[in-house]
Amino acid sequence: MSRVLDHVMDRAGALKLPISVQFDLTYRCNERCVHCYLDHDDHGELTTAEVKDVLDQLAAAGTLFLIFSGGELLLRKDFFELLAYARRLQFDVKIKTNALLIREADAARIRELGVRQVQVSIYSHRAEVHDGITKVAGSLDRSIAAIRFLKAQGLRVLIANVLMRQNAGDYPGVQALAAELGAEFTLDPTITPKMDGDTGVLSLRIPTAQLLKVYTDKSLVGDASISPPKGPVDPESLDDTPCSAGHTACYVSPYGDIYPCVQFPLPTGNLRRERFEDIWRHSKPLEEVRAIRVRDLPTCSVCSFHANCTRCPGLAYMEGNMRGPSSADCEKSMVFDDARRILETR
Amino acid sequence: MTHLYIARGNRLAARKLEAETVILRADDSGLFVLNELGSLLWGAADGTTPLATIVERVICPQFDVDTATALQDATRFAESLRDHQILELSDAPMVPLELAPIADEAGL
Repeated sequence: MSRVLDHVMDRAGALKLPISVQFDLTYRCNERCVHCYLDHDDHGELTTAEVKDVLDQLAAAGTLFLIFSGGELLLRKDFFELLAYARRLQFDVKIKTNALLIREADAARIRELGVRQVQVSIYSHRAEVHDGITKVAGSLDRSIAAIRFLKAQGLRVLIANVLMRQNAGDYPGVQALAAELGAEFTLDPTITPKMDGDTGVLSLRIPTAQLLKVYTDKSLVGDASISPPKGPVDPESLDDTPCSAGHTACYVSPYGDIYPCVQFPLPTGNLRRERFEDIWRHSKPLEEVRAIRVRDLPTCSVCSFHANCTRCPGLAYMEGNMRGPSSADCEKSMVFDDARRILETR
Repeated sequence: MTHLYIARGNRLAARKLEAETVILRADDSGLFVLNELGSLLWGAADGTTPLATIVERVICPQFDVDTATALQDATRFAESLRDHQILELSDAPMVPLELAPIADEAGL
């Protein structure tokens, strides 16, 4: 992280500002991805006026980094109106989309409105695999066409490749596709439970042997070093906060629910009943999240794998205890250590 | 005498955090933190108010400095912000960006 960004995040932390917010504008979607954690029915999305009011409140609260996501946000007929409104409020906007609805004119409008990055989900370079995951025939071709439109506008495009059993071996192909399109590439092996707690989709997580292959792939890890296991967390780090969720970041659902993070569905308040500032400053559940320090994590604070752990408190919460471990991250940490030993012998 | 006008650059994100203003360029993710003087210039850069007027009405009351020196410093600072695509400078009034007012911005 740059020194300037460090400074901004430090100031946000000191002032207790929600500097980063993900705002899902809809859960409706035109794909039916097999691993998706959302319920795609519309249970009463915020109206255009309500979204604008939320954006006003977020700007006043100090939010700078804003991610618009979904669902597929371009299914909202007012998407460009909301995007323009957000930019008038001087948010830094990134959008996450499957890009199926983005045509040349849409790409030009996105560029014109000053969006900093467009993230597009691509699961495989092979149509039969990608379309098999999205359950929409022709979706890979349409997403690629949209990426070309976006790149032709000079926009920064990030291809996000979620790994699951169906596509575990395809990431080199997606990586090559990203390079060909002039897009950035990121890989994510995280499959999360559905927001209603259903864990059925977790069976799609890639097996540890496949994860080990990913973590030892030089084209992905480069020269990054992995720390060996060591004793419990250093005493001077015990008062650190485990994650920015609820501290400098939060999530807004299409229904106005505020959570600490998109992966941390702890109800803290609803914007149809309360002002954002009141929820952010006074919600009891948020206060509880903010009170947690590393020393309060009975398992993780003494775990020897903590140095490489990416423990997600939201996943831990979904497993039943926000102070507990997240088993998926425990598994990743152990695979990381196997990867370290393999990389050291090369 | 020609007037100098300043306007906020296009394709920027910005948020005021107490006395500082964070600026982020969409095109290359360049991130900047403006100090108090920079924040005052940014806040007043409507494209239609001459810099000399901004200095007289906004800068001088905040700093213990004479108007001529303040204008010289502010001009130099505005030019450096122009070099970073944060401000646009012109010797004629500019059409201001359509920005929404932000009520009770963080830390104010």
